[in-house]
Amino acid sequence: MSKYDIFFHKISLIISLALLWIMLSGHYTPLLLLLGLLSVIIVTIISSRMGLITFDQPILQLYFIRFIPYGIWLIGQIMKSNIDVCKRILNPNLPINPCLITLHLSQASTFAKVVYANSITLTPGTISIDLEDSSVEVHSLSATGAEGLKTGNMDKKITHAEAAPYV
Amino acid sequence: MFEISTFIILFSMFLALVSAIIGKTVYDKILAVNIFGTVTVLFIALFGFLTKRPEFLDIALVYALINFISTIAILKFFEYGDMSSSSIEKEEGDI
Amino acid sequence: MSNIDIISGALIVAGSLSIVVGLLGVYRMPDFFTRLHAASVIDTLGTILILSGLILYQGFNLVSVKLLLILIFILITTPTAAHALAKSALHGKIKPILGDD
Repeated sequence: MSKYDIFFHKISLIISLALLWIMLSGHYTPLLLLLGLLSVIIVTIISSRMGLITFDQPILQLYFIRFIPYGIWLIGQIMKSNIDVCKRILNPNLPINPCLITLHLSQASTFAKVVYANSITLTPGTISIDLEDSSVEVHSLSATGAEGLKTGNMDKKITHAEAAPYV
Repeated sequence: MFEISTFIILFSMFLALVSAIIGKTVYDKILAVNIFGTVTVLFIALFGFLTKRPEFLDIALVYALINFISTIAILKFFEYGDMSSSSIEKEEGDI
Repeated sequence: MSNIDIISGALIVAGSLSIVVGLLGVYRMPDFFTRLHAASVIDTLGTILILSGLILYQGFNLVSVKLLLILIFILITTPTAAHALAKSALHGKIKPILGDD
């Protein structure tokens, strides 16, 4: 990563931390704004000394924007599988059939892989229990959840969002 | 409405504590404590609205942060027996 | 009491009931990995319903932005904690019960 990139990372970190401070504080007197600026600069210095600003993506604070349409689709999926798991819990017979499956990862970047594993875990009924370089092991509560993942719908959507043209 | 759901959430906090006490393995106990933390975040947010003091949301935000960090720290302690060891070095070996 | 108040009240009560359903699942499930599935009902359904009900009740201002921030934060961190729990339980020699395929 070039020096130029690291400079832009620091600038974007300062801007996003300052926006977070303004949003959480709610007071806009000069003293409090000055204290906020001071703490933002200290946090940036500490995180660059810890070597945290070496991410393999362009600018992380803007990168997540391309995943917003995917997130809206994901909330719909979460609601569907929540209703399924709630029905299984409330059924007196407890109709579960746990199984382990291994899925192939087709994403290139680390960030997209983490998004995929986290969305598998966020959906009730499936949990990612081991994340390797190109595969992820999934524990599923029932065969229907495993079948839903094997169709590769979520995988395709994340790969599509990763290669989106904007930002 | 707020009163009813605050009461239900208090009851489920009690259930989460009981499941933390009767859990068989240490992972069951950590899971129950994690659930207790999530429910507590929701309880603090609701309680702020119940008493007309939305400043409680700041406390809920900080509690969510502390809940996540404490879960990861306890897990790291039980997996490696040490808070300071790096997980990357140990991954090379045979676990 | 306006329409929006009724909708948000219904969302909040439904969210707190879903928390009770999730805890019932934690009590009923046979082993640790299936208990994690029941816990993720609490983390997603309960959180989304209660916090979106509060956002609807509040309207758009600084307080609702904070509520949205809490919602996004919980939705990012709880799967990470669940993944860490499952991974270290697997390393801690806990075998998942598997059904007959």
